[in-house]
Amino acid sequence: MKGFGQYVIFLGTLLVRRESFKTYYSLVVEESLQIGVKSATLFALVATFIGAVTTVQTAYNMITPFIPKYIIANVVREMVVLELAPTIMAIIFAGKIGSSMAGGLGTMRITEQVDALEVMGINSASYLVLPKIIASLIMYPLLVIVAGICALLGGYLVGKIGGFISGEDFILGLRFSFDSYSITFALIKAFAFAFLISSISSFKGYYTQGGALEVGQATTAAVTSSIISVLVADYLLAQLLYVR
Amino acid sequence: MIKIKNITKSFSGKSVIKGISGEFDKGKTNLIIGSSGTGKSVLLKCIVGLISPDAGNVFYDLRNFTEADKDVKSEIRREIGMLFQGGALFDSKSVEKNVMFPLDVLTTMSYEQKLERVNFCLQRVGLENVNKKMPSEISGGMKKRVGIARAIVNNPNYLFCDEPNSGLDPQTSIVIDDLIGEITHEFNITTVVVTHDMNSVMGIGEKIMFLYKGDKLWEGSSAEIMHSGVKELDDFVFSNKVMQSLRSQS
Repeated sequence: MKGFGQYVIFLGTLLVRRESFKTYYSLVVEESLQIGVKSATLFALVATFIGAVTTVQTAYNMITPFIPKYIIANVVREMVVLELAPTIMAIIFAGKIGSSMAGGLGTMRITEQVDALEVMGINSASYLVLPKIIASLIMYPLLVIVAGICALLGGYLVGKIGGFISGEDFILGLRFSFDSYSITFALIKAFAFAFLISSISSFKGYYTQGGALEVGQATTAAVTSSIISVLVADYLLAQLLYVR
Repeated sequence: MIKIKNITKSFSGKSVIKGISGEFDKGKTNLIIGSSGTGKSVLLKCIVGLISPDAGNVFYDLRNFTEADKDVKSEIRREIGMLFQGGALFDSKSVEKNVMFPLDVLTTMSYEQKLERVNFCLQRVGLENVNKKMPSEISGGMKKRVGIARAIVNNPNYLFCDEPNSGLDPQTSIVIDDLIGEITHEFNITTVVVTHDMNSVMGIGEKIMFLYKGDKLWEGSSAEIMHSGVKELDDFVFSNKVMQSLRSQS
């Protein structure tokens, strides 16, 4: 509970004594490039294979001739949009971006770079962390969209090349009983996960004390805590958002 | 001038600073000296506000920094330049961007004005043609110089240096010491240096405060330090053979 209290106070400090809009604008652009562009390839690659594997597994498990083939694509779509794109990608996001945030901030802390900002009269938490959170909120939903498209594309290609489902059936399955609320749901989850991962990782990194060993520990703690919080939030959001 | 009054600080019940008071004069190189673990760096951090003291006050030209609200604190901090032990340069920024950083964040100067000021400061600390280098590409001594350039770029009224010579060879240490002394006089800054290096004490120490186990045991000038009559200070000052031979000669 003490840690949670510190986290809430930390979030509060991000919003006081802020610098000018211009300063944040350039920092957010810089962070967005770091987060988005440098992660896009990894996300696309992982998502493509996840989509492909999901298609293969679904096809192997639908052996009854009473279920039409396009249901394979339908199942893949629901899994990708609702869980694989926002949630599994969040775990990858925590591993790649969360660890980088915690490690970077931890190193800045132990090499007195954070102190240097404070001495200059700058709110170091706000200056260093707020742009990371804003950039994550902008880029992670975009990455989820990219991941979703790549996963469905991967599923389509493997289904067609492997002979599990024809291209027409796959498209039919994707369009069959489509509810656009699923996209809204996925994007709400993406925003929530982006906030949790970026803020928790930054929190862990920002309060690192000690040396290189502690930076490593903070990075591990950042990834672990982020993943657990994502999974808990995933469950809570599922409960909340399906009550319509 | 900076005045500290009854500064006290404890960590986990262990008293590190025990009610220290004193003054640091404008236009002088004021030194805080003492062995490792005596609380020098903690006192410095209390003065600049990186650590909140348990009791006591810090006054910057009669402005109570400890009890000031966040806006006043921020205003005072913008008049402070600080050189950290390891330089504390921002890894992701070039030398030029590091030195320009306080101007970027704290002023509304145009890029040309900022660049002119950065080049002046880099030249002042004896660095040229390093603008585009990254901190990882320069030596420890150069990092310290860049740190000094960054500390003075915004024309500070107060300059703090935490162990400016740590990790440097004796020759480079003298260069850094001289630079700190010169800048202090040239810009009429109140400079506070934390050190345990006797070369610095004898070289640039104009007003010296000696700490021992969290207490201020002695205050004086570098000329007086040889004859303080304080046993703990004598043990510290004459701990090396050069100083011992100096004493025997005198």
